[in-house]
Amino acid sequence: MAKLIMTADDSASVRQMVAFTLKQNGYDVVEAVDGKDALNKLNVQKVDMLLTDLNMPNMDGIGLIKGVRAGALNKFIPIVMLTTESQDSRKAEGKAAGATGWIVKPFKPEQLIAVVKKVLG
Amino acid sequence: MEQAIATYKEEAGELLAELETSLLELEETPEDNDLINRVFRAMHTIKGSGAMFGFDEIATFTHEVETVFDMVRNGKMTVTKRLLDLTLKSRDHIAYLLGCPIGEEVDRSPGDEIISGLRQLVPQLEMPQKGSTEVPAINLPGLSEEELSNECTWRIRFRPLPNILICGTNPISLINELRELGTAHVVAQFDEIPQIDELVAENCYIYWDIILTTSRGEDAIKDVFIFVEDDCDIKIELIDKSGLIDRDEGYKKLGDILVERGDLSPVEMQKVLMLQKRFGELLVEQGIVSPEKVQSALVEQQHVKGVRKERGEAPQAEAAASIRVPAERLDQLINLVGEMVTVQAHLTQVSMAGGDPTFIAISEEVERLTNELRDTALNIRMLPIGSTFSKFKRLVRDLSSELGKEIDMETFGGDTELDKTVIEKLNDPLVHIIRNSIDHGIEMPEARKAAGKPSNGTVYLGAEHSGDSVLITIRDNGGGLDRDTIRAKAIEKGLISATAEISDREIYAQIFAPGFSTAAKVTSVSGRGVGMDVVKRGIDGLRGSISVDSVRGTGTTITLKIPLTLAIIDSLLVKIGKDHFVLPLAAIEECVELTREDIKNSHGRNLANVRGVIIPYIPLRQHFLITDQRPEIEQIVIADIHGTKVGFVVDHVVGEHQTVIKSLGKMYRDVRGVSGATILGDGTVALILDMGVLLQSVEELENAGV
Repeated sequence: MAKLIMTADDSASVRQMVAFTLKQNGYDVVEAVDGKDALNKLNVQKVDMLLTDLNMPNMDGIGLIKGVRAGALNKFIPIVMLTTESQDSRKAEGKAAGATGWIVKPFKPEQLIAVVKKVLG
Repeated sequence: MEQAIATYKEEAGELLAELETSLLELEETPEDNDLINRVFRAMHTIKGSGAMFGFDEIATFTHEVETVFDMVRNGKMTVTKRLLDLTLKSRDHIAYLLGCPIGEEVDRSPGDEIISGLRQLVPQLEMPQKGSTEVPAINLPGLSEEELSNECTWRIRFRPLPNILICGTNPISLINELRELGTAHVVAQFDEIPQIDELVAENCYIYWDIILTTSRGEDAIKDVFIFVEDDCDIKIELIDKSGLIDRDEGYKKLGDILVERGDLSPVEMQKVLMLQKRFGELLVEQGIVSPEKVQSALVEQQHVKGVRKERGEAPQAEAAASIRVPAERLDQLINLVGEMVTVQAHLTQVSMAGGDPTFIAISEEVERLTNELRDTALNIRMLPIGSTFSKFKRLVRDLSSELGKEIDMETFGGDTELDKTVIEKLNDPLVHIIRNSIDHGIEMPEARKAAGKPSNGTVYLGAEHSGDSVLITIRDNGGGLDRDTIRAKAIEKGLISATAEISDREIYAQIFAPGFSTAAKVTSVSGRGVGMDVVKRGIDGLRGSISVDSVRGTGTTITLKIPLTLAIIDSLLVKIGKDHFVLPLAAIEECVELTREDIKNSHGRNLANVRGVIIPYIPLRQHFLITDQRPEIEQIVIADIHGTKVGFVVDHVVGEHQTVIKSLGKMYRDVRGVSGATILGDGTVALILDMGVLLQSVEELENAGV
C-alpha cells in the first residue's frame, strides 16, 4: 500500500510541487495549509510521514512538531522540516522539538525524494 | 508541475503587492521592525520558491535585495528614501522577471542598476563578497558522493540517544542504509537495557557495532547519520585498507580488538591471558566483557579475515601493472630486435656450416630465445584498436546529422590489439569507408521506413583476430551496392570487359578503382570518386587485403584483413639467379615445380595446370630482366591475391625466413612491386616483393599490349 505523506505549508505552490513530486513517486499525499490545520488532521488520521514548513501562520512548524510528538496517533512518524539557509537556529530548534530531518529550500524534486526515502527507511 | 508554477506566479504576485504596501507604509514609519520583517520575509519567500520552480533570475536578483534588508533587519543599516525607491524598483523588476518565460533571455540591465544602487547604500565593510550572490547550493546526504576506488573496512559504533525513536528515526533503517554501502556485519548490543521496572518503552536502549567494508569514503558513512549526528554517539574508525595488508599476518587477535575499542584494558587482557583458556570464553566467564561484545569483536575478526582473503584472490596492485614508455624507445627496441634476428640468422648459418654439434646446439638455443624476444618485443607495441573506434563515433554522429540521416554506430572487439603503426595507418582508410557507408550506404529515414526497415540505420565497426592477421569489419544495414550500376560503370571506364563473366566480389572490388563513383551527384561528404582508391592504397601499404560483400537492400560489409605487425614478418626466401627475394608468407598457398616441359605445353602463355586448375603465373626472371642461365626445373610460388590465385616463378625456394623489414631509401621508394628490403644472415640484401602490386603492374603491361 502506498505510504501516506502529509505536506504542511502555507504556500500553495510549494504544497503543489511537493504533492506532485510525491505522487509521481508513488506516494499518497494529504495537504495542510498551516500548523493548526495539520495538527487537527493528524489527530484523526494516521500518516506515514510529515513534511512541514517552519514559517506558517496560526501555528508554525515548531509548534506542529511538538504537537505531533505529544499526541498519540502519529507520535513516532518521521517529520522532515523545510528550512531555508538563513534558519540554522530554527533547524536546531526543530530538531529539539522532535524533527527527524530537514530539507534546505530551495530543493529539487529528486532531493526531496531522496530525503523521503531515507527517513521512511 | 505546470500548475504549481502557475500557483507560484500567483503567490509571487500577491507577495509583491504585499511588499509594495509594506514599503509604502515603511516610508511613513521607517523604524517599524514588524514592517521591515514583512519586507524581508516576502523577499525570502519569493527567492526560495523562485529557485525551486526554475526562476533562477528571480532567485539571484531577489537574493541581493534580501541581503540588504537582512542588514536593515539586524540594525546595520537604516531605512532611507533612496533604499525604499530602489526596493520599489526591485519589486517592479521582479514583476517583470515573473512575466518572462523560464529559460528565455531576460533584460538584466534594470536589475544590475538596482543592485549597484543598493550596494552603494551598504556600508563598505558589510558588503558581502561577490559570489555569495548565488543562491547557495543545497547539501544533501549521499547524493553526489565520489566513489573511492579503494575498499576500506570501517568499524562503526552507533549508539543512539534513548529518545531517537520519538524523533521519528528508525535506527534499523539507518543500519540498512549502511548495508547498502557495502558488505556489513552487524552486532546489536543489549547490555544497556535496564531492569523492566526502569524501562521506558519509548526509549531505545540498544546500540550497534557495524563492521563495514565499502569502497565509498567516510563521508558516505557520515551521510547516513546526517540527521541524527547530534542525537547519537557515533564512532567511525578505519580498521583495514586495501594496500595496507601484511599478507602473513591475518587479522588482529580478539583481545587487541577489544582493547582498541576501549571495551577492555590492556592490563585486564594480560591478566586473563595468563589463565590460558580460550580467550573469549574466559572474558565472559570473568564477567569483564559481555558475551555480545565478545561476539561483536569475533564478527569483526571474521569479517576482515574474509575481506582480506577475497582481496588476496583478486589481482594485486593494479596500479603498478602498467608503465608508460615513450613510443620512440619502443621503436628503438624493435630495431635492435631486428638486428638481433639478422645476426642470429648469420650465426645459424655459420654454425651449420661448421658442423660442430656443441656450436649448433648453442646457436639453436640463441635462435629460440631470439624468436621469443622478437614476439615479446612486438607484443609490447600492440595497442587495442578501441581508441580509434571511439573517434569514429563522433564522425558518424556529425556526418549523419549533416546529411539528415539517423545513424547509430556499434562497435565490437575494441580490445583487439594491433601494432601501433598499423593502427595509425588504418585511420584514413576507415574514415573513407565509414563516410561511404553513411553517404551511399544508409538511406534517408523515409526511404528506410518505406523499405520496411527501422528509420535508424546502423554502422557496425568491429575487429577480431584471425591467425596472424586482424579482420576489421565495417558493416552497414543500408541499401547495399548496386551490382549492375557498378558493372556498367566499370565497363564504361574500361576497367572490365563487357563480356567478362566475373563474380559479384570482383564487381564490387571495382569501387576501389581510382576515380570510380556511381553517385549521381557530388555531396559534401563523398561522391567525387576519390576515397575508395585511397582506402585500397592504404590497405595495400599495410600489406592487407579488402573484400566486399553486399546484399541489395540489406547492406554492405567491407572486411579489411590486416597483418598484426609491420616490423618483422614471416616470409618465404626465394632465389632467382644470384639474387635473393622475399615473398610475404601470409598470402602464399603452395609451391609447385615448373619444368621446361610444362612451359612448352602452355604454348607461350604463362599458365600452369595445378591439379586441374589453370593458374596464371608471372615469370619473375623475365620481369626483373635477370639474364643468366635458368635452371631446368623452376618453382612456382602460388599466392592468393585479393581472391585470385597467381603464381610467381622463381629459380629456387630457399625456405621460410624471419624478415626484418627495412625501408628502401628515397631513390627506390617508387619502384613498383618492391615494398622494402631485408638483410640476410650472410649480410646480403634481399628485396621484399609486393605481390599485389607486381600482379597489377604485369596486368597493366599486358593490357597495354606490351
